[in-house]
Amino acid sequence: MIEGILGKKLGMTRLFDDKGASVGVTLIYCEPCYIGDVKEGKVQIGFGEIKENKLNKSIRGYLESKNIPPVKYLKEVKWDSSKDGAPKAGTKIGIEIFKNGDIVDIKGKSKGKGFAGVMKRWGFSGGPAGHGSRSHRIPGSIGQSSDPSRVWPGLKMAGRKGGESVISKNLEIVDKDPAKNLIAVKGSVPGAGKNVVFIKKVQTG
Amino acid sequence: MKKIMTEMINKHIRKDLPEFNPGDNLKVEFKVGEEKKRIQVFEGLVIAKSGEGLNKTFTLRKHSFGIGVEKVFPYHSPLIKSIKVVRKGKVRRSKLYYMRQRYGKAARIKEKTDY
Repeated sequence: MIEGILGKKLGMTRLFDDKGASVGVTLIYCEPCYIGDVKEGKVQIGFGEIKENKLNKSIRGYLESKNIPPVKYLKEVKWDSSKDGAPKAGTKIGIEIFKNGDIVDIKGKSKGKGFAGVMKRWGFSGGPAGHGSRSHRIPGSIGQSSDPSRVWPGLKMAGRKGGESVISKNLEIVDKDPAKNLIAVKGSVPGAGKNVVFIKKVQTG
Repeated sequence: MKKIMTEMINKHIRKDLPEFNPGDNLKVEFKVGEEKKRIQVFEGLVIAKSGEGLNKTFTLRKHSFGIGVEKVFPYHSPLIKSIKVVRKGKVRRSKLYYMRQRYGKAARIKEKTDY
C-alpha cells in the first residue's frame, strides 16, 4: 500500500451529508501519480504532467528510464509491500486508494503573510487601546537587565510569517469523484488555490 | 481549475426549486428532526439572497405572535422539500434589512404585476 499521493487544492465550498447537514469542504484535484523509482519500503511518485520542453534533458532522460511522462513534481513516499506486493515503475496511482470516511493528514505550504508583528505572528495580547497608553501592538519587554545582559535565543519577535510547511491533521474524506479525480475533504487545507499538497492516509484502529 | 470545481458542484445543485427575488413571499416546506423527519412550513418575506453555487442562501422574515422571526435557508439543501412563491413583491433594493425596523402598515410591499 502506498502512504499517500499528491494533489492540487482547488478551493472550498459546502456539501450536504446524508442527514442534510451542511459540511464545509475543500476540493482537491488529484490527477493520477506515476510510480517511478522503487526502493526498499519506498517509492518515488511523479505528479503534475507538463510539456516535455519545460524540462531539461537530464530530468527528461531520467523520467524516460522510469517510464514516466514529463512531470513537474517528484516525491518519495513510503510503500508497504506486505499487502499489495511490490509496485511497478510507470504505473498510475490515484484516488482509488481512498474511500469515503477515510481519515487523512494534508501537508502543504501555507499562505505567505510577509513581515508580521508579534500579535499576528505569535498571538501576543498587545497593550491597552486607550487611556493614552501608546503601547498598542508592541511586544513589551524582551528580557532581564544586567544579568544576563543579552536576549535569550529563540525569543518570539516580529518577522516573516507564513509560507512554511503546515500539516492539517485528521481530515475526513466526505466525497469523491473517480471520473474527475476529485476528492472533497472536510475542513480547511494549507495554502491558496492551486497549491500542491500531499495527502497522507492515517492508520486507524 | 474553476471548471473542474463547478462540475463537481453541479452534481449537488438542485434545479427543481423555483426562482424568486427579495420582496417575494415564500412558503417553504422543510424537514426537521433527527430520526423521524417531520415537515415544517415557514412562510415569510425574502429579505436577502446571498452566496452563489452551493453556498447560496436566502433569508425569510415573518412576524410570529408579534415578534419578528428570521430564518436562513441553504437553497440547495436536501432538507428543503418544496418552495412555493405565494406573492411577488415590487422592491428597489436587493437587501430589505430596513424591514426589520417596520411593522404593521409600514411593512407593506407593493405587489409586482407582469403585463
